[in-house]
Amino acid sequence: MKAKNDDKPWLVRLLNGERTVLAKAISALENETDEASTIISGIYPYIGKALVVGFTGSPGVGKSTLVNSYIAGLCEEGLRVGVIAVDPSSPLSGGAILGDRIRMAAHEHLENVFIRSLASRCHVGGLSRATARIVDVMDAAGMDVVVIETVGAGQSEVEIAEIAHTKVVVCSPGLGDDIQAIKAGILEIADILVVNKCDLPLAAHTVRQLKSMLSLRDESPEWSTPVVSTSALEGTGVVELTEIIKNHEKMSSNKKEGYGKGKPQQRVLRLLANSAADEIKKALLQDKSEEISTICDAVLKGEMIFSDAIQRLIKGSLPCKQ
Amino acid sequence: MIEEKTTKEAFKPRVLVTKIGLDGHDRGSRIIAAWLRDAGMEVIYTAPWQEISTVVKLVQEEDVDVIGLSSLATDHLLVPKLMTALSEVGYQHVKVVVGGIVPDADELMLLDAGVSKVFHTGSAKNDVIEAIGALANKARNSSSSITFN
Ligand SMILES: Nc1nc2c(ncn2[C@@H]2O[C@H](COP(=O)(O)OP(=O)(O)OP(=O)(O)O)[C@@H](O)[C@H]2O)c(=O)[nH]1
Ligand SMILES: [Mg+2]
Repeated sequence: MKAKNDDKPWLVRLLNGERTVLAKAISALENETDEASTIISGIYPYIGKALVVGFTGSPGVGKSTLVNSYIAGLCEEGLRVGVIAVDPSSPLSGGAILGDRIRMAAHEHLENVFIRSLASRCHVGGLSRATARIVDVMDAAGMDVVVIETVGAGQSEVEIAEIAHTKVVVCSPGLGDDIQAIKAGILEIADILVVNKCDLPLAAHTVRQLKSMLSLRDESPEWSTPVVSTSALEGTGVVELTEIIKNHEKMSSNKKEGYGKGKPQQRVLRLLANSAADEIKKALLQDKSEEISTICDAVLKGEMIFSDAIQRLIKGSLPCKQ
Repeated sequence: MIEEKTTKEAFKPRVLVTKIGLDGHDRGSRIIAAWLRDAGMEVIYTAPWQEISTVVKLVQEEDVDVIGLSSLATDHLLVPKLMTALSEVGYQHVKVVVGGIVPDADELMLLDAGVSKVFHTGSAKNDVIEAIGALANKARNSSSSITFN
């Protein structure tokens, strides 16, 4: 988007899509440095144009490979594509091996493609805490489409639902557990279900299973969740998937509510609540006071019920209540 | 141990572990990647056979502090080209280390070209981790190309 006259040099360069500026801005947001709030307020007038597509699903189902095939088509259309690929951090060391890019090698060299790997940094929810902001900064830098690949852990549903316009839930055939995971709630957020690896046996069976599960769900009048078979390796079904994503976008942009970064306030509130919970947990675990051990003791002996103990702990840990 | 702060994430070195050239033996780079992860670093890991231009783009996008290149055949002879390519885009603050089978004469040539360190086979885990951690710190502190204000 066109910069305004009084925009700062970094912002002008960012809006022009300069790769190095975008990358440094992402780092600042990810590390929550002092510059982060400057960046957020600077880009605020320029966000809300990109289509945001989320790919989620169990580990190894082929999310990265499928994203690779999906962005191939977008590039052919001349679109600018940003990819945010989240991999888990080790809970022990805090380190991570970020390997999603390996499967995206076919396009990573293209000028139109910007890929950033993120470690989840142990933020529950399958995304990293900064993901929504990184989407915004990619959007401001002129990406037409931002694709997010989440950690394939079961809990990413809600967060990806708040960030992405279109949620693609990927699974692969023949994995009983996989279907199990899908039952657990991820089905609710799926705008599109993909059975990837359809070159393998049992794919048709999995498609049938998913369709029958979907039939139990309340259908929305505007959109009935399709089940698409793809082979990300062989490229089959990807054109169809791309078309369906587009249709979904058209459908949802006609609706006023729930489109765009949906309910941004809601998203911020959830983020704040999660972060506050992290802080409280940390404070409690470090607290060596008499009161804490009295409470624990009372719970152990059955003299205090859980909910009362929690009330007392929360009150004690909030500075404003002290 | 990196001290934990409550408002900001502790600094996590970002290291690219990759291979340029034609050799596809990636056992060495896999081991190094795991060491660095276990030391708390974030490792961007790629397949072997990377083009130099792709490595440069990747370094920019991922905002890495250190590039670790594994060379078991003669891939290290391409490293000076990478160094040139990095400085052409103003990324000379990024530190480059090479590990694997590097003859002594070539080591001098690499250091001359701006490589920060060469690890020979049998390098101790702790030495590698410490050196890369220190280089990452240096790189992060000297990259001041863009200020957001
Ligand atoms: N047969 C077959 N294999 C596939 C297909 N798509 C991906 N794979 C393979 O499945 C494995 C995992 O693929 P990824 O794309 O890394 O899967 P992912 O879901 O991104 O994995 P995580 O990010 O680790 O959760 C790789 O070995 C792929 O080559 C497909 O359509 N058919
Ligand atoms: Mg992946």
